[in-house]
Amino acid sequence: MQRARRAAESVTDPELPMLTLADLGVLRDIDVVGDGHVVVAITPTYSGCPAMAAMRDDLVRELRGAGFDRVEVRVSLDPAWTTDWITPEGRAALAAAGISPPGPAPSSDGPIPLTLLPTARQVRCPQCGSPATELVSEFGSTACKAQYRCTSCLEPFDHVKEI
Amino acid sequence: MTEHIHTPAEDEHDNAYSGLLVNDAHWAFGTDFEDPLAGVDTTVPDDVDAATLGAYALMLGDDALVMSHRISEWTSNAPDLEDDIALSNIALDLLGQARLLLARAARADESLVPSLPEGSPAPPEDALAFFREAHELRNVRLAELVNGDFAEATVRVLLFSTWRLATFERLRSSRDHVLAAVAAKGVKELAYHRDYSARWFVTLALGTDESRRRLVAALEALWPLWPELFDTHPVEAEAAAAGVGVDPASVREAAEGVLDQVLAAAGVPRPDVPRRAGVLGRTGRDGMHGEPLSRMLAEMQSVARAHPRGLW
Repeated sequence: MQRARRAAESVTDPELPMLTLADLGVLRDIDVVGDGHVVVAITPTYSGCPAMAAMRDDLVRELRGAGFDRVEVRVSLDPAWTTDWITPEGRAALAAAGISPPGPAPSSDGPIPLTLLPTARQVRCPQCGSPATELVSEFGSTACKAQYRCTSCLEPFDHVKEI
Repeated sequence: MTEHIHTPAEDEHDNAYSGLLVNDAHWAFGTDFEDPLAGVDTTVPDDVDAATLGAYALMLGDDALVMSHRISEWTSNAPDLEDDIALSNIALDLLGQARLLLARAARADESLVPSLPEGSPAPPEDALAFFREAHELRNVRLAELVNGDFAEATVRVLLFSTWRLATFERLRSSRDHVLAAVAAKGVKELAYHRDYSARWFVTLALGTDESRRRLVAALEALWPLWPELFDTHPVEAEAAAAGVGVDPASVREAAEGVLDQVLAAAGVPRPDVPRRAGVLGRTGRDGMHGEPLSRMLAEMQSVARAHPRGLW
């Protein structure tokens, strides 16, 4: 079990390679169900996340390398992934890589109110630490990120958006 | 013969060719993640008709599939890089929803899945996407129209996502675990789509005379297809009665309430144009579509149809 956990938790996200799947909260469960047989559950960050296949392949490779010859990767849709599952270590790794970590996710119960103004977030520039930042676009280089710019140091940066 | 177990070399990530040496040939026109519902409880709830559930999931899946393809046509064509990325992301989210919903439809009712030539590795959701004719698709007609200008994309995404978000908010309590999970996920995505298009709607309305003219023209052109979104097809009525689906008529008030907020902020009145009639009363949900859908499918499906056993 320890061996399986160590191997699975070492796998990094294909699009955010500074983060492990465990830090991202995508790795939901690891279960050794028999001799050399492990079942892993992962939750997609977004419905169309194109990295799911790469994650599956990476998990299979690492677990086989750790001596498990039967590796099953299952998809867990419920509950839906939320940025609140990103661990403190994951948030620190994002910030260290120049990506602004997400704030608390909004409640997604009940009707979702319309927001016509840019989402108000307290985002600090991961480069210079300035709170003077502005949203460029709610959609970024991957489904999970928004684009920001710092009005102090003028550097653009990504922010992992709260869902 | 010795069994070969692939063990990664230390420098595997540095070698661009290493992935090609693994024997993992897969269906050429989809992803190779075998089953998007692997490990998900797909049991049809007691006393729910599996054919109704399948037909209902297919409708929601086709809406997402067709809308996703239309929005994806904006990739590399949007007015600026940020909006190119935004529209591509919206298309990707919808494609993900389509994949799960088509897979759910296939799992509930296998008879929906077109039969493919022997040896085709296409998974059921891809068979549904690539091997059905236009009249077999159940999407609302709003999704299939030929793209116009950026104002048209803004209005179309706004109408579509406002309606779909209101639907998914209710679908979260579906008795079908898969639909409930897809909806819970989709709500978060659709909220971003709706708010993105709503902000652009207001921006274009309050921008220049030209941007406002184009926005109002787009709204008037699309408005005739708005009422169709709230028509109740018999399948939707049955799915709603069984507690697995949402009656579109029941979300009209919520969706129009949101849309009215956007129109008010933009200072744009509701268009006064009549709804587009069906053909002999039949609309998108009945498989009645315009010619543009056939053309779109021809482009989307032709390669997969030419190579139904395609592996790479």
